[in-house]
Amino acid sequence: MVGGERIMVTLKELPLEDYIVSGHRMCAGCGSAIAARMALKAAGPNTIVVNATGCLEVATTIYPYTSWRVPWIHVAFENAAAVASGIEVAIKVLTRKNLMKQQPNIIAFGGDGGTFDIGIQALSGALERGHRFLYICYDNEAYMNTGIQRSSATPLGAATTTSPSGRVIPGKKEWKKDLIGIAVAHSIPYAATACISYWSDYINKVKKALNFNGPTVIHVLSPCQLGWRFDPSETIKIGRLAVQTRIFPIYEVEYGKYKLNINVTKPLPVIEYIKVQGRFRHLLEPQNSHIIKDIQENVNLQWSRLLKLCSIG
Amino acid sequence: MRVIGLTGDEAVAYAVKQCDVDVIAAYPITPQTIIVERISDFVANGEINAEYVCVESEHSALSACIGASAMGARVFTATASQGLALMHEILYIASSLRLPIVMAVVNRALSAPINIHGDHSDMMGSRDCGWIQIYTENAQEAYDITIQAFKIAENPTTSLPVTVNLDGFIISHSMERVEILDDDDVKRFLPHRSPLYRLDVENPITIGPLCFTDYYFEFKRQQAEAIEGSYKTIMNVMNEYSKVSGRNYKFIDTYGIEDAEILIICMGSTCGTARFTAKRLRERGEKVGIIKVSLYRPFPCEEVIEAIKNAEVLVVMDRAVSFGAPSGPLCSDIKNVLYDFGLKIKILNIIYGLGGRDVSQNDIEQAFKLGFKLKLGDIKDKVLWLGVRE
Amino acid sequence: MSKTGWRNLPIAGIIPKAGSSLEYKTGTWRAFKPVVDESKCTFCLLCWIYCPDGAVKRFNSNKKISIDYDYCKGCGICASECPVKAISMVEE
Ligand code: SF4
Ligand code: SF4
Repeated sequence: MVGGERIMVTLKELPLEDYIVSGHRMCAGCGSAIAARMALKAAGPNTIVVNATGCLEVATTIYPYTSWRVPWIHVAFENAAAVASGIEVAIKVLTRKNLMKQQPNIIAFGGDGGTFDIGIQALSGALERGHRFLYICYDNEAYMNTGIQRSSATPLGAATTTSPSGRVIPGKKEWKKDLIGIAVAHSIPYAATACISYWSDYINKVKKALNFNGPTVIHVLSPCQLGWRFDPSETIKIGRLAVQTRIFPIYEVEYGKYKLNINVTKPLPVIEYIKVQGRFRHLLEPQNSHIIKDIQENVNLQWSRLLKLCSIG
Repeated sequence: MRVIGLTGDEAVAYAVKQCDVDVIAAYPITPQTIIVERISDFVANGEINAEYVCVESEHSALSACIGASAMGARVFTATASQGLALMHEILYIASSLRLPIVMAVVNRALSAPINIHGDHSDMMGSRDCGWIQIYTENAQEAYDITIQAFKIAENPTTSLPVTVNLDGFIISHSMERVEILDDDDVKRFLPHRSPLYRLDVENPITIGPLCFTDYYFEFKRQQAEAIEGSYKTIMNVMNEYSKVSGRNYKFIDTYGIEDAEILIICMGSTCGTARFTAKRLRERGEKVGIIKVSLYRPFPCEEVIEAIKNAEVLVVMDRAVSFGAPSGPLCSDIKNVLYDFGLKIKILNIIYGLGGRDVSQNDIEQAFKLGFKLKLGDIKDKVLWLGVRE
Repeated sequence: MSKTGWRNLPIAGIIPKAGSSLEYKTGTWRAFKPVVDESKCTFCLLCWIYCPDGAVKRFNSNKKISIDYDYCKGCGICASECPVKAISMVEE
């Protein structure tokens, strides 16, 4: 199949089995654990997972325990896409030589640090070379595993341990990098955003992505209670707010064609998202009100840009 | 068996072709590019049934090799100098994961200043990375060792990555006559790999987990045992290859050691010049000899001791400098071995040939002379830089 | 518990047993536990899909869900997301 048809599955059709099982040591209420679990439900057991160093990697494979029920490999922080490349070509040639019959899916997981920052070169290389694999960036918007340091995926205004809110600088000063824009620039068959709070959209995107004969990228927003500072029970709610405020738009790009998957017609103001997270608390102080205004304006701008790309409006 | 004219780079590429490699992932930094250019030709012309991945960096080259090796493929890459330095992080991971990979390292200097010529700085900077490391003297050896390297790496009890070292330009770019084995002989010598473990959806294992203070240490101990245990594998492979090829391969090669008072110990292309010079000096009645160290890691302690025990002076030639250390890397190993075997032999360490500085017969003669001076007590230096302008 | 020495550990740190973390019970992390009111539950499965720990067990035969307290970390996502408020968080 050249293109991925959207095969909408319902919850009841999803397998009972988990391919990343209980007993892992991700935090209570971890959004990234949800992102991985859903992806594996979509992909099934015929899947090889490559994991960049990060929360998901360390907390699921603390020796001698592993939570993975699919073949899994971790090599280093910045090279998940390169390792996946090697796996993909090996499958090709071993198949050609009749030394292998299985044709497994390949999924590479990287956090935002391992993707937006240190892993961007290896990812770019692998996308350019056209390997058939799905790269999932589970984005929790900072280096959470090592103590909440800023990454280029951290949103403007957020306080982290390396972009603290101080007397002079009120949290991170830069906008979030556009990962999908970078992915799309490689002319890959499929790239999409997703959010764990919209399970159907995300799971079906994973299924769809795995059907393309080439590299695909899914950027999935995965709220982190520890680093974003909200109650663990609110992980899904926070993700929903990110989408409903248009801060994190949900769309896909198939062969260069943009499509809005969740059209937020009546957006909530960004303050609704900001005020419920400790990482933004300092923005609520009167002297920082202009930052919230900037964020709102940027969201409006990005949204209209996206609508144009989707040929809406 | 036939003879063709090949550079060291081409000889390695030819060997890779005959070894029926599955995956090559490489990034072109000169002077190793000729290896990967030739291999690209073979792939493009359908002369080898392999996948060639033109990665975007040396770091990704080795990372892709790890992925492919973890799938059970036969894997090759080549690098040099800065490229090897960029791989540094991943070198350790390849050996720790016990994944067979063969890598040609065209040895050359490390920056700065940037310099594209031959010395051993690159490999010596990564000598503790857990790979089996073999140095070659000429294009013939580069060819022969490449074939043997796959068999060593893929041996199930060894299962470790191997570097085949060839001196930048001197070996990599010089055309020599190389005896080539028949394809069928190589095939018989090197059957397809049967991996120790692999990524397999029917038997899903976890590779590369997190180990804390409670397990990490045990895995390092295990790894040390693997490389120490590889002596036997390497020896068996060398013996078997010697039979197939008619060329004799050993951990070290010696000349004139029976009665030599002064012994030069060196690695790589310099060994040829040293042997030639020693022959001439012996014709004049001088009691000199040569030890070529081919297998550098694991270090062939017993063979070296056996060869040096009767000498009066050892002149250890290092084509790399270990800044701030008591001596160069090879010399440190030799001293270490001497101490362990309770021998006290006078040693002169010579640092030479950095950044491709030429090494002539005169230089070797000079090195022997310095050895004689040390014997007579005429010099006190422990480390001398040969061929550098004062 | 005495741990295995280096000679007897699987090579290279690989973990041959898939899903072995099931032997590691994370239920002890919990301060509040989710309790399901079966009379309210509509078997919509939202709690099942959103649990980060796979601690909501789903039984197709009788259309019931139950919480596996061996692993449930008590995050409360299931309770928050249940559309009919069939799950309440109770202090341990
Ligand atoms: S409280 Fe959290 S961990 Fe426990 S069952 Fe509910 S969602 Fe799962
Ligand atoms: S979310 Fe509520 S109604 Fe739905 S299955 Fe879970 S407990 Fe039942």
